[in-house]
Amino acid sequence: MLKEFASYLTHNVIGLEQGSRFSEVIEFFIYDSFKIFLLLSVIIFIVSLIRSFFPPEKTKRLLSNKKEFIGNIFAALLGVVTPFCSCSAVPLFIGFIEAGVPLGVTFSFLISSPMVNEVAVVLLWGFFGWKIASIYIGTGLLVAIFGGFVIGKLKLEKWVEDYVYKFCIEQKQEILKQTFKERLQYAKWNTVQILKRVWLFIIIAIGIGGFIHGYVPQDFLAHYAGKGNPFAVPFAVALGIPLYSNAAGILPIAYALVEKGLSIGTVLAFMMAVTALSLPEMIILRRVLKLPLLGVFVGIMTLTIIAVGYLFNMIL
Amino acid sequence: MEIKVLGYGCATCEKLVEMVNQAVKELDIYAKVEKVTDIREIMKYTMTTPSLVVNGKLKHSGQPLPSLDKIKQLILSEK
Repeated sequence: MLKEFASYLTHNVIGLEQGSRFSEVIEFFIYDSFKIFLLLSVIIFIVSLIRSFFPPEKTKRLLSNKKEFIGNIFAALLGVVTPFCSCSAVPLFIGFIEAGVPLGVTFSFLISSPMVNEVAVVLLWGFFGWKIASIYIGTGLLVAIFGGFVIGKLKLEKWVEDYVYKFCIEQKQEILKQTFKERLQYAKWNTVQILKRVWLFIIIAIGIGGFIHGYVPQDFLAHYAGKGNPFAVPFAVALGIPLYSNAAGILPIAYALVEKGLSIGTVLAFMMAVTALSLPEMIILRRVLKLPLLGVFVGIMTLTIIAVGYLFNMIL
Repeated sequence: MEIKVLGYGCATCEKLVEMVNQAVKELDIYAKVEKVTDIREIMKYTMTTPSLVVNGKLKHSGQPLPSLDKIKQLILSEK
C-alpha cells in the first residue's frame, strides 16, 4: 500500500514521468521515508507508553539487592525501557548504589540504556532489515550483561568516589501515580521530541541511499576495510569511542559505509562504540568514578564490542 | 506554603520555576518558591528532574512539564 502511495505521489502529485531513473530515485526516497517514519512513530509511541511504567525510581527498587548475574540480566533489560540520558547519569548512579544495587548491576544498566533503545532498533530495522536489528538487540544486551558482570566480579567498589557510598537518602523516593491519559500524553510528547531530534539525520541517510548511491564504487571501502581486514573492527571501534551521538546521528554514516562495502559487523560495532561510550559521558561519570574504574569500564567495553564485531562478521 | 522546584539548572527547570511563580501569582496565595539545585536535597525526593515539591510532597517529576492549570491544581492539593 505504501508502495502505491509513493508511486502515486511521484507520478501524479509531483508529476514525474514514469520509468526515468530520476523518478525511480524519488519514488524510492518517498517510500523509504514514509516507511521509516511510520515505523519510528508507532514503535517510539509504544515503547514510551511502556516506559512510563518504569521510572528510574521503580527500576532502582526492582534492582536493589538483586543477586549478580540475574541482576545483570534484569538491569540490561530495564535499561532498554527506563528513560535515561547521560545528563542524569550522576543522580541515577548515586541513587542506584544508595538503594543497594550492586556496582556491576548498575553498570549493566548504564551500558544497555544508551545503546539498546527503540530508536536504534527501528532505524536498523528500517535500513538494514529486522534480522540485523534483532542481532543488534541480542548482542547489545549481551555486551551489557557481560560488561557489568565482569566489573562486578572485579570488586572495584574502592574506585567509586567515596562520597557515593556515604550518600544517605533518609526518605524513600516516591513513585508518582499516573493516570492512563497522562501516560498517553507522555508517550505522545516523547514521540514528538524524538522525531524532532532525529528526522533530519534520517532524511540524510535515506538521501544517501537514494542519491549518492552509484557515485563512489561499491567496493571502495570493501577493498580497504572489508571482512578480510582483521584491523577493520578495532579501528572502527577506536574511532567510535570518543564520538558522541545517538543512534540516529550515526545512521547516515553507518548507512553510507555499508553501501560502500564496509561489512555490516564492523558498522554495528562502530555504532555500539559511538552510542555506548562517549567523551562527554566519561566526563560526567568521572564525578562518581575514580579514574582507574573509568579506565576499566572503557577497556572492558572496548574489548567486548570488538569481540562482538568479529562475531558479527563471522555470522553475517 | 513551601514550594520547591528541583533541577540542576537546565532550561526546562528554569521554565518550571517561571510557571510556578506565575501560578502562585494567579492563585494569589502566599508561598515560598525555592529553586533547589543541590543533589543531596534533590535526591531526597527523586532521581528525575525537573520536579515539583509542595510542602515536602513530590507532586510532579520529569518531562513533559505540566500545564499552568495543572500546576495550580497540584499546589492547591496541598493547601
